[in-house]
Amino acid sequence: MDTILSIKDLTISFQTLDGKVAAVRGVNLDLKRGETLAIVGESGSGKSVSVKAINRILPKRNTIYEKGEIIYENRNLLALSETEMEDVRGKKIAMIFQDPMTSLNPTMKVGNQIAESVLVKEKIPKAEAWKKAVELLGLVGIRNPEASANCYPHQFSGGMRQRVMIALSLACKPDILIADEPTTALDVTIQAQILDLIEELKVKLGTSVIFITHDLGVVAHVADRVAVMYAGRIVEVGTAEEIFYNPQHPYTWGLICSMPSMNTDTNQLYSIPGAPPNSLKVIKGDAFAPRNRYALAIDFEEEPPYFKVSETHYAATWLLHPSAPKVELPAEIKRRHKIFADMVAKKEWGND
Amino acid sequence: MTEQNMNRKPILEVTNLCKIFNAKTASEVRAIDNISFTIYEGETFGLVGESGSGKSTTGRTIIKLEEPTSGQVMYKGKDITKIKGREELLNFRKSMQMIFQDPFASLNPRIPVKKILGDAIRLHGMAKTDAEVTELIFKLMDTVGINRSYVNRYPGEFSGGQCQRIGIARALCVQPDFIIADECLSALDVSIQAQIVNLMIQLRKQRNMTYLFIAHDLAMVKYISDRIGVMKDGKLLELAEAEELYNCPLHPYTFSLLSASPVTDLILERKRKRVDYDVNTHKYPADVKAELFEVGPGHFVYCSEAERAGYEAKYKEKHAAK
Ligand SMILES: Nc1ncnc2c1ncn2[C@@H]1O[C@H](COP(=O)(O)OP(=O)(O)OP(=O)(O)O)[C@@H](O)[C@H]1O
Ligand SMILES: Nc1ncnc2c1ncn2[C@@H]1O[C@H](COP(=O)(O)OP(=O)(O)OP(=O)(O)O)[C@@H](O)[C@H]1O
Ligand SMILES: [Mg+2]
Ligand SMILES: [Mg+2]
Repeated sequence: MDTILSIKDLTISFQTLDGKVAAVRGVNLDLKRGETLAIVGESGSGKSVSVKAINRILPKRNTIYEKGEIIYENRNLLALSETEMEDVRGKKIAMIFQDPMTSLNPTMKVGNQIAESVLVKEKIPKAEAWKKAVELLGLVGIRNPEASANCYPHQFSGGMRQRVMIALSLACKPDILIADEPTTALDVTIQAQILDLIEELKVKLGTSVIFITHDLGVVAHVADRVAVMYAGRIVEVGTAEEIFYNPQHPYTWGLICSMPSMNTDTNQLYSIPGAPPNSLKVIKGDAFAPRNRYALAIDFEEEPPYFKVSETHYAATWLLHPSAPKVELPAEIKRRHKIFADMVAKKEWGND
Repeated sequence: MTEQNMNRKPILEVTNLCKIFNAKTASEVRAIDNISFTIYEGETFGLVGESGSGKSTTGRTIIKLEEPTSGQVMYKGKDITKIKGREELLNFRKSMQMIFQDPFASLNPRIPVKKILGDAIRLHGMAKTDAEVTELIFKLMDTVGINRSYVNRYPGEFSGGQCQRIGIARALCVQPDFIIADECLSALDVSIQAQIVNLMIQLRKQRNMTYLFIAHDLAMVKYISDRIGVMKDGKLLELAEAEELYNCPLHPYTFSLLSASPVTDLILERKRKRVDYDVNTHKYPADVKAELFEVGPGHFVYCSEAERAGYEAKYKEKHAAK
C-alpha cells in the first residue's frame, strides 16, 4: 500500500499566558491509501492538535509550528500559502470535529452548505447538487431530509448536527477524511450507521481515514492500524491485531486494562495511576516514566527510541531494548499475548 | 445492591412526566412522553437510548432547567415546581447538580478555570477566604486529573476531555447529594473514565450520593448502574436491574440497542451482528393503552395489556434456562 499522507517529526507548541505549552512533540505517522488509521490515547495528548495541523486550522494567534512537515501529494502542507491551502482544506482533506458548530455556517441553510460542497468536485446544475445534498442527509440518518435541508444548524439537536457535518464532509468526496471523535455525541445505533457509512465510502471511493476515538470498541470496528499517543508523542503503532493482542508499551497496557469489560472486580476499575505531565515544563526522559510501574532507570534520563516489533509494529519503550530485564506482565496482557502467539502460529493473520 | 432494596428510600420520584416542545405547532416534539420512575437514595440509575430519545430533556426537567408540560417530579419529598425564591432555589442547586453533555458549550469561553470554579465555590459558600477558595480549586483539579498549573487557562485552551473534567469539577465543588451526569464520560480516554467512575463510586460509598447517569456507552452504564432505564421517542421502554437488563433484555428495542454496541474485543467485534428494530413495535393505536408493566420481579416492559402475558412468559423462559 502506498502512503498518501506522511507526518514527519511534527512539533507544535502554543503560546499561553503561563508560558509555552508543548502540545505535539515529534509525531511521525504515515497514512496508507485506503486504510483507516485510528488514533487513541490520553486526553490532552495532542491527537486533535496533530490532525488540525494537517488542515492548518489551529488558531493563528498562538500556535507555533516548531518543526516537522506534513507531506501530501509531494508538497509540505505546512509550507503552502493560504490560497494553496484552500484547495486542499475541505476539498481533498475533509474533517469531522468533536464540536460540530465549528464547521457549520450558522447563517446558511444546511442544504445549501452541502450542495456547495458537492459542486466543488462535480460540475452539475445547482438543482441537482441540492438533490444530492438531500440524499446525503438521508444517508446519514436525518429524518425527513427534504425539510431538514431547508433548516439552519441551530434547529438541529446535538446528535443531528453531528450528522449534518458528516454529510457536509462527505459531499466533496475527499481523498482523506479526518474524523475527530465523530461519534462521541451519538448513540450506538446512529454510531453504527455512521461507521458503516464511512466504511462504505472507503470501499466505494478509496478514501483514507484517520479516526480519533476513545472507544476501543469503535477502534476494533473500524481500524486497520492503530497509533497510541501519550504526552504529544506516538508511543506505539501497529495493526489493530498487534495493538489489541500484542501491545508492548506500558501505556497501551494501561489503556487496555482500564476498559470496563476487562474489569471483573466490581469495586474498582483499573486506571493508570498519577496525572499526565505538565506540558509547560520540559520533559526529561520518557514522559510516561513517573506513572509507569515498569519504568527503568534509563526512562527518567533518556527518551526511548522506537523499537521495531514487526514490519508494521513499533513501540517507544526501553523495555524492548535487548538488554532490558524481563518484566511480569499484567494478567490481561499476558492473556492477550497468548492469543496473539496462537494467531501467529495458526497464521490467522499474515502480516503481508 | 439487592440487600439495599429492602429498606431503600426514594430520593426522586417522577410521575407521568411529559415535556412537549413547540406544543400545537407543526414542529411539536414530545420529548418526554408520560414517563414514571423512582430513584432511591445512594442508587445509580442509568438512562440509555438513542439520540433525541429525551434523555437530556429528562435530566434538564428534573433539575428545573425546563418546565414540565405535565406530570410531577418530587425531590426529597418535595414537588420541584413548588421550589421558589432565591434561597430555596440555591439550596436545591446545591443539593442537585448536572454535568452537561457538551463540554465546550457549557463553559463560558471568556472566563478562566480559576473563576469558573471559584464563582461556584463562593456562590454556595463552600469556602470563604481567597486562600481557602484557591486550595479547594486545586483539590478539585487534582480530583479530576487536571494539572494545577492550568488554573489560569480559558476553556478554549483545553482539549475536549479536559473541558469535560472542568465541568465535572464544577459539579462536584458544592458537594451535592444528587448528580445528573449527562454523557459525561465519552469525551475522556478510558483510563480517565475509569478514574472518574471510581471517584463517583467512592463518593457514593462515603456520602451516599445518588446519580442519574445518562450515557450511550453501554459497557460503562452497566458497570456503574444499579438499575437502567431504556428510552426511545420520549418513552421508557424497559427498566430493570443492570445485570438483568443485559442478560435478559425483553423489549426488542433493548435487544437492538445492545446489538449495536461495539465490543472491545477485536475478534468478537468483527463477528458482531446488528439486529434491526421495527419502530412500529412501540406504537399503538389510539384505543390501545400501553404502559410499563412489571413482567418479572423488578423488570418492567412498556407494552399493551394484551402483550403483557407474552413478555411474562418470555421472562420466565429466559430465567428457567439459567
Ligand atoms: N489553543 C490552545 N492554547 C493552549 N493550549 C492548547 C490549545 N489547544 C490545545 N492546547 C493544549 O494542547 C494539548 C493537546 O490538546 P489536544 O486537543 O490535541 O488533545 P487531545 O489529545 O485531542 O485530547 P482529547 O482526547 O481530550 O480531545 C492539551 O494539553 C491542550 O490543553
Ligand atoms: N429547546 C428545545 N426546543 C425544541 N425541541 C427540543 C428542545 N430541546 C430538545 N428538543 C427535542 O426534544 C427531543 C429530545 O431531545 P434530548 O436532547 O432530550 O435527546 P437526548 O436523548 O438527550 O439525545 P442525545 O443522545 O442526542 O443527547 C429531540 O427531538 C430534540 O430535538
Ligand atoms: Mg481532542
Ligand atoms: Mg442528550
